[in-house]
Amino acid sequence: MKLIKANAADGRVIAGGQSLVAAMNFRLARPDVLIDLNGVKELDFIEETPGELVIGAMTRHAAFHKPVCDGPLGRLLSKVVPNIAHYPIRNRGTFGGSLCHADPASEWCVVAATLDATMKIGSAEGDREVPAADFFRGSFTTAVEPGEILVAIRLPKLDAGWGTGFYEYSRRKGDFALAMALTALRVEGGAISAARVGLGGVADHGKRMADLEAALVGKPATAETFAEVGKLASTLVSPYGDIHGSAEYRRDLTATVVARALAEAADEATA
Amino acid sequence: MNWVGRRLPRLEDPTLLMGLGHFVSDLKQGALAVKFVRSPVAAGVITEIERPDPAEMAGDVFTAADLSDVGNIQAVLNRPDYRRVPHPVLAKERVSFTGQPVAMVIAATEALAEDLAESVFVDIDAEDAITTFDEALAEGARAVHPEAPGNVMVEGRMRTEGVDAAFASAAAVVSFDLKSGRQSAMPLEPRGGVADYDRASGRVTLHASVQMPHMLRTGIADVLGIPESDLRVVAPEVGGGFGQKMSLFPEYIALVWAARRLKRKVAWIEDRRENFLASAHSRDQRFTISGAFDGEGRLLAIDADLLSNVGAFSCYPVSCGVEPLMAFAELPGPYVVPEYGVRSRGVTTNTCMMAPYRGVARPMLTFTMEQLMDRAAIQLGIDPVEIRRRNLIAAFPYRSPTGLVYDEGSYLEAMEAAVRIADIPAFRVRQQQAREQGRYLGIGLSVFAERTGYGTSAYAARKMEIVPGYETVDCEMDPSGRVTLRIGSSPHGQGLKTALAQLVADRIGLAPEDVRVISGDTDTTPYGWGTFASRSMVIAGGASHLAADKIATKLRSAAAQLLEVESDTIELKDGIATASGTNRSLRIGELARAMHHGSHQFGDLGGGLKEHGFYDPDGTFSNACHIAVVEVDPDTGGVRIERFIVVEDAGKLINPLIVDGQITGGVAQGIANALFEELVYDEHGTLLTTSLADYLPPTAMEIPTIEIHHMETISPESVTQAKGVGEGGAIGAPAAVISAITDALSPFGIAIDAMPATPDRIRHVLRDARGN
Amino acid sequence: MTETRDITLDVNGKRHALSVEPRKNLADALRDDCGLTGTHVGCEHGVCGACTVLVDGRAVRSCLMFAVQAEGTAIETVEGLASEDGELHPLQQAFWDKHGLQCGFCTPGFLMLAVGALRENPEMTDVEIRELVSSNLCRCTGYQNILTAVRAAADVMRAGTNG
Repeated sequence: MKLIKANAADGRVIAGGQSLVAAMNFRLARPDVLIDLNGVKELDFIEETPGELVIGAMTRHAAFHKPVCDGPLGRLLSKVVPNIAHYPIRNRGTFGGSLCHADPASEWCVVAATLDATMKIGSAEGDREVPAADFFRGSFTTAVEPGEILVAIRLPKLDAGWGTGFYEYSRRKGDFALAMALTALRVEGGAISAARVGLGGVADHGKRMADLEAALVGKPATAETFAEVGKLASTLVSPYGDIHGSAEYRRDLTATVVARALAEAADEATA
Repeated sequence: MNWVGRRLPRLEDPTLLMGLGHFVSDLKQGALAVKFVRSPVAAGVITEIERPDPAEMAGDVFTAADLSDVGNIQAVLNRPDYRRVPHPVLAKERVSFTGQPVAMVIAATEALAEDLAESVFVDIDAEDAITTFDEALAEGARAVHPEAPGNVMVEGRMRTEGVDAAFASAAAVVSFDLKSGRQSAMPLEPRGGVADYDRASGRVTLHASVQMPHMLRTGIADVLGIPESDLRVVAPEVGGGFGQKMSLFPEYIALVWAARRLKRKVAWIEDRRENFLASAHSRDQRFTISGAFDGEGRLLAIDADLLSNVGAFSCYPVSCGVEPLMAFAELPGPYVVPEYGVRSRGVTTNTCMMAPYRGVARPMLTFTMEQLMDRAAIQLGIDPVEIRRRNLIAAFPYRSPTGLVYDEGSYLEAMEAAVRIADIPAFRVRQQQAREQGRYLGIGLSVFAERTGYGTSAYAARKMEIVPGYETVDCEMDPSGRVTLRIGSSPHGQGLKTALAQLVADRIGLAPEDVRVISGDTDTTPYGWGTFASRSMVIAGGASHLAADKIATKLRSAAAQLLEVESDTIELKDGIATASGTNRSLRIGELARAMHHGSHQFGDLGGGLKEHGFYDPDGTFSNACHIAVVEVDPDTGGVRIERFIVVEDAGKLINPLIVDGQITGGVAQGIANALFEELVYDEHGTLLTTSLADYLPPTAMEIPTIEIHHMETISPESVTQAKGVGEGGAIGAPAAVISAITDALSPFGIAIDAMPATPDRIRHVLRDARGN
Repeated sequence: MTETRDITLDVNGKRHALSVEPRKNLADALRDDCGLTGTHVGCEHGVCGACTVLVDGRAVRSCLMFAVQAEGTAIETVEGLASEDGELHPLQQAFWDKHGLQCGFCTPGFLMLAVGALRENPEMTDVEIRELVSSNLCRCTGYQNILTAVRAAADVMRAGTNG
């Protein structure tokens, strides 16, 4: 922590390095000092408490290939992780590194935002906690200040009544998502009693979509509802366009990924 | 034992599998590192190049001023419509595309050379970039080069007498425009060279990742004004090329110049970004076509306006004519086209130079002709297979309107076989059932003829000043009875050495392991051309076949003399020369030793066992039919290829394992062409796709299993009876995939006019057609 | 960042003492400083996978980590696959038999990718193999024979451990 404080101005912290080293190879990033967290074994852990999963920032993506805990959350994380790049990248890249890099198309950022994770940020002065809603500030920007590092992520568990869904669309398998949706639903007597919806790839950072959640609660868990809420989602986002997909395309795609992720969550909730 | 026709695992492989193969970047130990400072803008006049203070500079910086004794690269076509544009090694007064080399820096390590390159500032008075056809061909457009006013570098034009009458009498006329996105051959190993100066001889040895080492030596020597004997070019293991590595690039000339200037070993290893920016591009084409059909769907005439964006310079040696002139000559493809009108232009722009990429213009012209058949079939209410039946060439030899002579092929038979394998009636039932569930399946076919293995006559017809096409080999049996085959051609991953060893082994009665093939080194191989244009199995194979036959003849004569029989009774097999009908025999090794060490016995037969082979055929047409079955997701615009069938006729298969590998690899590149890959420039001429996250070669998840079936039509035009097969996969696949997408979405009545058919483009046409 | 650091790398069970700049990536250090040029560099941004090696048994991109980060780990490269007497590893043999390579530039990366993954999960299904193979790029083969080769090698290796 002292090292990080001393180099707050011109240093960068490197976690898995799967984005930073690529940027340095392109000479797009050229830090004077790199502080490597890979030797800090204390940051590579997963702990389960009755209500939470606590994930050390240096936990590799590959740790989630098999469910890390019972119940919907463990299943959800192992459903999300295959969408992150490819196997060798998942062997090296880290959960905390992804959150700090805060790519607009990062799967873990969508998970953290949608499930209201709490980030534990450390510095030489001590630790502080920041809720996901305040953590992501924009594309590639977070609440982690110079001299600080992300230490751990607290993810609230979902109890057994929740079903979850995740749908991502990209040009090739493993590419950055053009749009993705993460959903969780509780269904009672055919109607949706609680909902979580998050989107990625269509805004400056992964976002929980309270308006969509509100639109779902009380509605029947049917394809029509999901299509309608998907359409609503597409009106609520203003994605950027690039060579892989125009803004118009990504807006369209938002409707599809939301509807598909909702259908998956409903299936799981009612299974 | 016959080796030809066997699925022999390749002799090249153990070295590569153990990581012991030497690619050019493995040879840079002890070399100074070379980097190029490249133009940051697409067009403009260089006002100043600011170098760092020489006293503080840990290395050297060279610009065009330092290379004042060096000439320009100059590809020449002796055609009145061809504009000669000199291609400088380092940009002189002006820059013509983003990424053009402006200065060369040399330092002790690559990192230091990169640091140094960043301290060189190039001041340029930028001009508006011309990147598109519309910009280049606009009335009053700025000339990209003063030598080419109007921005047309080459133009082919012809019109048979009856075109207009055919259109006037047609029952149906089908007209449309198609576009192909710009693509990169994108070999997994980028370019690179290591030039080493030998103080003793004053010679430079250039190891470089290239497909045409002899041609490279000629080109470099000519531009530097040195004798070719002062330069040795070696192609070590080459990590793919697909055409991108067959041109002469400025970087190699600069590298040899630097080795001579500094009297040191220097190395330039290209990175991926440079490879996208500044190696070579291709397939940036826009074709406008009209077809006139009679009431039965028979094609009466086509009239086409073909544009190829050839970029800023004309690639040496094949020139910027390679895409437009191939499109001009070969557009009719496998179909009978009685009347033909065509105008085909190579348009220069402020973009990276166009050079050949597997298939050259044929992926696009096949896409065009297959769309013509599909669209005419819809317009005339004829089944898409039936309309092709009525138009495919069935009588051979066939002379095309541009004078090409098609040798024996199996256009109809290959299509019928593919159609049977695909079981189209069963598919139509499944397609209907799927549609009822909201799923969209489609089937598309593509039939094409591929001109392969063509020699000097074909290149001379293009009026190339440098006329490539023949191949030479030296085949020598040593006293131990082993053969060394030195070839002028130079493979880059295909497995040519194994296939040639199989051929030669059969001619001489040896095993392939007894035949060592040497290639790629201008000091140790005879002058030749290289691997491109689906030619090496036909032409280098033909030359090897002929040379090996001469060795075999000598061995038979010697054996006949020693065994006291007539030479035509000698059979060479399994390493033994046997007088047939007798029990008299000699091991071939014994014969070889006698020829070398006891030549006094053989009189006129002479000593030693070395023969030259030369082959220069007119060419032979391979053909194939590809069928793609796809599912289109109308909500994402995504395409999944469910099934892909290839029925290929490449004559006799020398090594079917290698042939199938060529087809699967080619089809994968064709699918990439149809769905994924596109180099994109913005309006300023800045390339937006300079990484593998932006330019999208498909992975194993996107490429389906490819079902391959063979037909073997034997043509007298090839001495080995083999036809070329290197490019076919890439040629046929795009048309089949696009056709299948269109079929899948036929309930919406859409047309796909551009490749790649990205999810965004598919959604766009669907939105237009169905409103959501 | 031009000063160098002295480190020791354990590659294929042999120790290599080197002096590298901290910014030098592992792929370059293996190639330039250890003389192990079987690991290839095709993109330097982690997409192509030609540089894939094993670090502590796990397949990773050697272009996306620094050589100094690999100190204290066990690194395996393609040069370590065949036995001392030249007997090919089952994956190498399968790539040879099934024509799983053409130019050979991507091959070491695919071999190390599959070695690492099959060690972790010897029971991979065809679907899992396809997904695994999609981690790396090949420009020559169209992947078909790579998939066949990994399947064949997995079967041979499993039979070997069971028998």
